[in-house]
Amino acid sequence: MTTQEWKFTSKDIAVKPDLFLSGHRACAGCGPATVMRLIMKATRGPTIVTQATGCMEVVSSIYPYTSWNVPWLHTAFENAAANAAGIEAAIKAMQRKGKLKEHIDVIAIAGDGGTFDIGLQSLSGAVERGHDFLFVLYDNEGYMNTGIQRSGGTPSGAATTTTPAGSVIPGKLERKKPITEIMLAHGMEYVATATPYYWKDMITKVRKGLEVDGPAFLHVFAPCPRGWRSDQAKTMEYTKLAVETCIFPVWEAVNGKKQLSTPSKVIALAPQKKKPIKDYFKGQGRFRHLFTPKNIHVIDELQRLTDENWKKLLQNCESK
Amino acid sequence: MAQQNKKTLAFNGDEAVAFAVKQCNVDVVAAYPITPQTIIVERFSEYVANGEVQTQFVCTESEHSAITASLSASTTGARTFTASASAGLALMHEMLFVTSGSRAPVVMAIANRALSAPLNIHGDHSDSMAQRDSGWIQLYVENAQEAYDSIIQAYKIAESCDVSLPIMVGLDGFTLSHSLENVDILSDEAVTDFIGERQLPQVLTHEGKSVPFKLDPKNPMTMGPVAFQNYYFEFKRQQEEGMKNALKRIQEVNSEFAKISGRCYGNGLIDKYKLEDAEVIVVCAGSTSGTLKVIVDELRACGVKAGLLRLRTFRPLPVEDLKNALKNAKAVAVMDKSMSFGGFGGAIFHEVRHSLYDSPVHPPVINYIYGLGGRDYSPSELRIVFDDLAEIAKTGDTGKQVRYLGLRE
Amino acid sequence: MSSKDKTWKEISIAGVCPKSSESFKTGDWKTYMPILDTEKCIVCLTCVMLCPDGAINWIPDTNKISFDYTFCKGCGICANECPAKALTMKIDNTEG
Repeated sequence: MTTQEWKFTSKDIAVKPDLFLSGHRACAGCGPATVMRLIMKATRGPTIVTQATGCMEVVSSIYPYTSWNVPWLHTAFENAAANAAGIEAAIKAMQRKGKLKEHIDVIAIAGDGGTFDIGLQSLSGAVERGHDFLFVLYDNEGYMNTGIQRSGGTPSGAATTTTPAGSVIPGKLERKKPITEIMLAHGMEYVATATPYYWKDMITKVRKGLEVDGPAFLHVFAPCPRGWRSDQAKTMEYTKLAVETCIFPVWEAVNGKKQLSTPSKVIALAPQKKKPIKDYFKGQGRFRHLFTPKNIHVIDELQRLTDENWKKLLQNCESK
Repeated sequence: MAQQNKKTLAFNGDEAVAFAVKQCNVDVVAAYPITPQTIIVERFSEYVANGEVQTQFVCTESEHSAITASLSASTTGARTFTASASAGLALMHEMLFVTSGSRAPVVMAIANRALSAPLNIHGDHSDSMAQRDSGWIQLYVENAQEAYDSIIQAYKIAESCDVSLPIMVGLDGFTLSHSLENVDILSDEAVTDFIGERQLPQVLTHEGKSVPFKLDPKNPMTMGPVAFQNYYFEFKRQQEEGMKNALKRIQEVNSEFAKISGRCYGNGLIDKYKLEDAEVIVVCAGSTSGTLKVIVDELRACGVKAGLLRLRTFRPLPVEDLKNALKNAKAVAVMDKSMSFGGFGGAIFHEVRHSLYDSPVHPPVINYIYGLGGRDYSPSELRIVFDDLAEIAKTGDTGKQVRYLGLRE
Repeated sequence: MSSKDKTWKEISIAGVCPKSSESFKTGDWKTYMPILDTEKCIVCLTCVMLCPDGAINWIPDTNKISFDYTFCKGCGICANECPAKALTMKIDNTEG
């Protein structure tokens, strides 16, 4: 990683032309759409983007229109990282043969389905081989494009169309897969989490991921108002609440050394600022069934788990 | 004009393929090993390890990623190669359609092998025949020499701007992939001169520019979009045009290659052996034709007007060539090393019989399913095919149209 | 399908997109539109950054915020996040 820090002002970012263009067909209040804009605001030069099948791929490339003002490739659902591997290999081969002089950054983007589930094999393979690319996961916690089905990234308790809140089963029973831990275990130089509310933190992390000479992984929290049954105006508010409740702490790990990022560090330093997860759950239709007397114990259990995970993270950050 | 300073090396089919890929100096090889293709990947790894190639070699974690990386490298402007067989090709299935739909001229060698279950590592054509509608050009070769020659030709065919389609070259598992033969090789220079630099078709981008078709930050373009009811059909029709153009291009490349090597394979589409006055004709693909040629010679010596038509190009299907070559036969047998369960015979049988339907006179056509899972077929068994044809020619009675050869009934 | 759709001979291969989505206006999706009180605006650019549709721009010359209602889908994220409470969502009165 370069030691030189990327310095920017809000105005620098505001005047940088969008490379993810307006006119895409994402729903009003779409979290991932903002994430796409911000990723592209952090690019540093010639860049190729490849994307897994998913919401952001569909809404941005409905022929004859494209929302990508960079070279962009989509091939299938489970292989964003393999796409990146081939692109990177082509770049290296052409550089070696003197057909290409410049450096080109490669970004692979996938949703939670294309990362936690169907895309995990190709991601793990590409990272193990050490290709130079940044993988950005935009996590809206379900298969939203196909109508809100559960994924390995859907949190416990959430109702989806394949984990409906029934009279016997209160939504998804299983826990969210610890994807960042899995990626960290690959020994990657840079792994981080981010949310678009803290956009400066997020784009700094995108840039750091690009600067790494090798694979980097960024997990971005990206609410879906349709799938979460939440107010479209509150999309960004939820990405703030997720941090404040420690449901989704933001941190980065350089060479395996985990460090809390400022928004989460604030809570670590002043624990009284940590909000109960109920504050995050309320207003989200996918958790509505948990607020009934029959299911309220689920919230208590999830609060316990959240606290436990937060404690573990704090210990992890301290001990390194 | 035959090449001067001819050089001959002993290669098995897989090694011949790997050597051709090396001489083509491809930019990216992305592959995953599977029997009986493994030797291709192993030999190529040695070329990489010994610095004999400048290729970026990506040894992927699956065939799905191997074909994906080949496709994405190709769209980035690189000349690419991959290889597979059997279950590996089946795992690629989804991406085969994406590769052809993305118009990426990836070259792939297939060491043809049976599909599970039960598991079987030996040669038949089940794997690639199951991919016949995936939009890939398909060539089937007779021997290691042709495997070598066809890989070199494949780049020139697939990368033609008016073709721009992926191509698979099938060599029979073990029979060709693992059998040592003498292979005449061209010089590195002759190969690079022959295939030249990769050509890129022009496309119109969202910036209103007409630019070469590749992922290039200087000319951003969107590849692999969503095309709904209003456009999807048009893109499929374009692919069909690419196939039509390939029919012509394969013949041209076959002739051009003959000029530098002294070798050609029929007209590139079909290889006719003693067909001019043939009354009983066997149609097959792949290495079986070597044995069949010997039998044709024997029968000719006995006064039987036997002939062999080797289908070298299965996709695009050379309908007119098949029609013309078979129209005067008295009986035709089509050999299939794969099954189309519940259908009317094997894949090649469907196609050949179908091609003849509109001819004013057409011979009776029967089908033999044979060699599945590497089941050996002896010359005496193949002679039965000609005997059966002679009987049909004499009596006009076709009998059972779909038959099994070498099966314990 | 419309008669404006091109034939297979007229379009580039492999679905390379010939148009920018900037020519596809999404502004007519909205019910509410954000209205800025320039007196209250502190030009913090939060709305510019968080808009999913890139419909809010900062104009360097005037140091002002400008809304492109031809793309704004009316989600209200900007109004919800505005730290100065300078934005309110009103019924869309634009035409089309």
